Amino acid sequence: MSTRTFGARIERNVDPKLLRGEGAFVDDIPLPDALHVAFLRSPHARARINSIDTKAAKANPGVVAVYTSDDIGALDIEMPLLIPHPSMTNPQTQRPLARGDVHYVGQTVAMVVAVDRYVAEDATALIEVDYTPLPVEMDMAKALSDGAPLVHATVPNNLAAHFVQTSGDPDGAFAAAEHVTKITVQVDRSTAAPMECRAVAARWEAVTGELTMWDGTQAPISVRGGLASVFGIDEDKVRVIAPDVGGGFGQKVLLFYPDELLVPMAAMQLGRPVKYIEDRRENFIGSSQERTQIHTIELAALKSGEVIGLRDFFLHDTGAFIPYGIAVAQVASTSIAGPYRIPNIFVEFKAVYTPTVQVTPYRGCGRPQACFALERAMDQLAQELGLDRFEIRRRNLIADHQFPYAREGLLFADGLKVTLDSGQYARALAMAATELGAEDFATVQAKALSEGRYLGLGLACYVEGTGLGPYEGGHVKIHPITGKVYVNTGLSTQGQGHDTVFAQIVADQLGVSPQDVIVVEGDTKAFDWGVATFASRAAVVSGNAIHKTAITVRNKVLQAAANMLDIDVESIELRDSAAWVKGSNRFVPLAAIATASNPLRYAFNKAAQAATQFAPSSKHDGPPLAEGEVPGLEATDYYSPSQSTWAYGVHAAIVEVDPGLCTVKIRKYVCIHDCGNMINPMLVEGQVMGGIAQGIGGALYERLDYQADGNLANASLMDFLVPYATEIPDVSILHLETPSPLNPLGVKGVGEAGCIAVGAVVASGVEDALRPFGALKFRQVPLSPTMIADALEQVRH
Amino acid sequence: MTRMMKGTTPVRSADAQTEVELTVNGEVVRRIVSLRMLLSDFLRHELGLTGTHVGCEHGVCGCCTVLIDGKPGRSCLTLAVQANGYQIRTIESVASADGTLHPVQQAFKECHGLQCGYCTPGMVMNILGRFEEKEPLDLSDDGIRELLSGNLCRCTGYLNIIAAVRRAAELLGRTA
Repeated sequence: MSTRTFGARIERNVDPKLLRGEGAFVDDIPLPDALHVAFLRSPHARARINSIDTKAAKANPGVVAVYTSDDIGALDIEMPLLIPHPSMTNPQTQRPLARGDVHYVGQTVAMVVAVDRYVAEDATALIEVDYTPLPVEMDMAKALSDGAPLVHATVPNNLAAHFVQTSGDPDGAFAAAEHVTKITVQVDRSTAAPMECRAVAARWEAVTGELTMWDGTQAPISVRGGLASVFGIDEDKVRVIAPDVGGGFGQKVLLFYPDELLVPMAAMQLGRPVKYIEDRRENFIGSSQERTQIHTIELAALKSGEVIGLRDFFLHDTGAFIPYGIAVAQVASTSIAGPYRIPNIFVEFKAVYTPTVQVTPYRGCGRPQACFALERAMDQLAQELGLDRFEIRRRNLIADHQFPYAREGLLFADGLKVTLDSGQYARALAMAATELGAEDFATVQAKALSEGRYLGLGLACYVEGTGLGPYEGGHVKIHPITGKVYVNTGLSTQGQGHDTVFAQIVADQLGVSPQDVIVVEGDTKAFDWGVATFASRAAVVSGNAIHKTAITVRNKVLQAAANMLDIDVESIELRDSAAWVKGSNRFVPLAAIATASNPLRYAFNKAAQAATQFAPSSKHDGPPLAEGEVPGLEATDYYSPSQSTWAYGVHAAIVEVDPGLCTVKIRKYVCIHDCGNMINPMLVEGQVMGGIAQGIGGALYERLDYQADGNLANASLMDFLVPYATEIPDVSILHLETPSPLNPLGVKGVGEAGCIAVGAVVASGVEDALRPFGALKFRQVPLSPTMIADALEQVRH
Repeated sequence: MTRMMKGTTPVRSADAQTEVELTVNGEVVRRIVSLRMLLSDFLRHELGLTGTHVGCEHGVCGCCTVLIDGKPGRSCLTLAVQANGYQIRTIESVASADGTLHPVQQAFKECHGLQCGYCTPGMVMNILGRFEEKEPLDLSDDGIRELLSGNLCRCTGYLNIIAAVRRAAELLGRTA
């Protein structure tokens, strides 16, 4: 294989295994004699626990142990605050099992370990808990007021964090404005709903003192560090494996969920493997959620439509706890000016405790909310100034020559100044207009209207800071026996296709087929330096680390091959898993080079004979392994980004609204997207399309329905409406490839991109479609039929 | 951490049990099962056929779809005892013995119709069941969407799965 595979649509290495049903997800790992966990969870959003009686549960046949916070010894702690930040006052994190108070419906109160899950669930129903229910306030604005019921007795006004950032001179800009527009918008609570719920299994080997945990996590190395620390075991004796993971979307990056500590604890105490397989209801009421924010945004503009200043104040719902710090709100606040120049920015948020499941990043992580606020405001400004929606954006986009474009004073989630690195924003906008047929749309719309059909055009631009640090690593080794290449990094994968894109990067350097590159990640025994899979960072951070490492191994191969072929390095080329003397048919296979680079004593196969100390090919002066040399063809290296890479895009759609049924159909959807150089366009499109589908869910269907008493009314896939194929329209995805100047591969992240703009596009389109009825306002997503009915009702009266 | 050694009496569930006999992937299996054991748990944990996945346990997501006497069915809504006497087919039976992918599986690979792969076995079994029913297939976009409308996928956004169904029809020589 000598053709470059970077940039090619290569089918995935992992697919045959998954398609044959041979994937190994946590619950597929055979653990004979395993015990099973079920949790008793709080039925109250706020309550005082007076007493817990576990006697009947313990007596239930098949129950092995029942734990409350009194029974877990050193684990009865507040779990870590992962990302500290000075804006938080008295940050609250959860205990593995509630002590004293419960703070949301679904909080873990007791744990049952039994011979199977059926019995464990039975036993949870036999635990008697005496609660005194306490009042709750679900409305964020009211929760901040004096006298509101408190989520935590020690946190006044439910205020979790308060943070202000300023860039430029916003007051000056508003003073100079010729027009100011102001709008309040809301994005509602949603959840990642990965198809595989979370899962943990642990085995304790008393003989060796080793703890092995299989965890469907996005952060196995971080979990390993945490477990070693909490249990006081050497890191080397804790192995965390994230095997195949059935989707994550951020929900699986948190550590710890209670089960991640309690399951290994039970395995150690009970001397048998222990499993906790979260069910769908538990995923809805126990695993992280996101999205609720209410923004009030003002744009200061000139009559020309140029936006010279922006003020945004928003409330961010952090749920009952704040283990991930202010990350979601911080990303929202630093993405608030999108792809526009807007040189003067004031952005302030208050993070509010509510008696609900904790909020941590879900695909998009605050960006969909920021995009919704800004783009709805841009639409309103266009309307007020009598400008076309494409035109007002065109007048504000950062021009190609203005990169890198820094926003002094805004610190992104990596603690570094927001600096948009590269792009062709105006070209993307123009492509979206062309692909959608924006120029002819007015005619199409008028014709449809004459037939009684309400079509609307929706539009939104977005940016996405991707590829956050601090760092990731790569390990590359050529196997001496097979000549296949073995690659490791410190991430885990939830379906992104790491195994294929990393293979492509390595294949190009070593002249092998991507199918001969075996990528192993998600196992701390394979590689244990690194952070996690989050923030659309795998291709950027691990990709470049692996690229750097592969170049080192390539140079080793070239040198060794030159020695073996007795020719200078420049005359060697690598292709078809061998080193060739250019322009000749003389070659030596990679396996043979790897074998010869590893001085051997035992001739265990034919290739090995050539590397033993008595073989003619290994004769040279000095010891078999020269001082300073390492055996084999292998290297490890790291990549630490100087700052985030900023991907961007433009989405546009034509929607049809039925004012009778109040339904919305997306008739055409266009996505122009730029994530720098694409390693594998097929996989990029897969990531983008998956994000768009999740975005459509968030725009029209997926809303967690918390009741006034804090109960979640739709904690099932029957009632929380994840789109099926029947809800997803055809989408045309077009690419721009503006290489990022920040890293050797020129790549930017793509994992979250697709979901960011969809809510803004749909609301924009629905508003446009219903304009014949008057100036209806759609400022909240998901945009439900009820909202359309209410809006129509208002104009009719 | 202290380890508590359990007593010698094995801890057991008191669930009532019965014997079932069914055919799974062409092989007759007999097992004593708890009356309330789900077919999905039976396949996965009694027979080790872990390719059948469980995504919701309330019949909405379709991850657990298997063929029950040739028809796609939810193994999470079926008790093992209800499957007594039936023919069950799971994803493990679809590829050839040497691992060669079935055209439906091949089509998913070619079209990038899977990402995390968790919903995939259920998708494949549903599509396979429909292809093998010998009833006419509606291979229009809407028809394929309808065919897939009992299976959730959270990764792909479905378009590549729709393409995979069309490609599978092509590979199998089906036009309708």
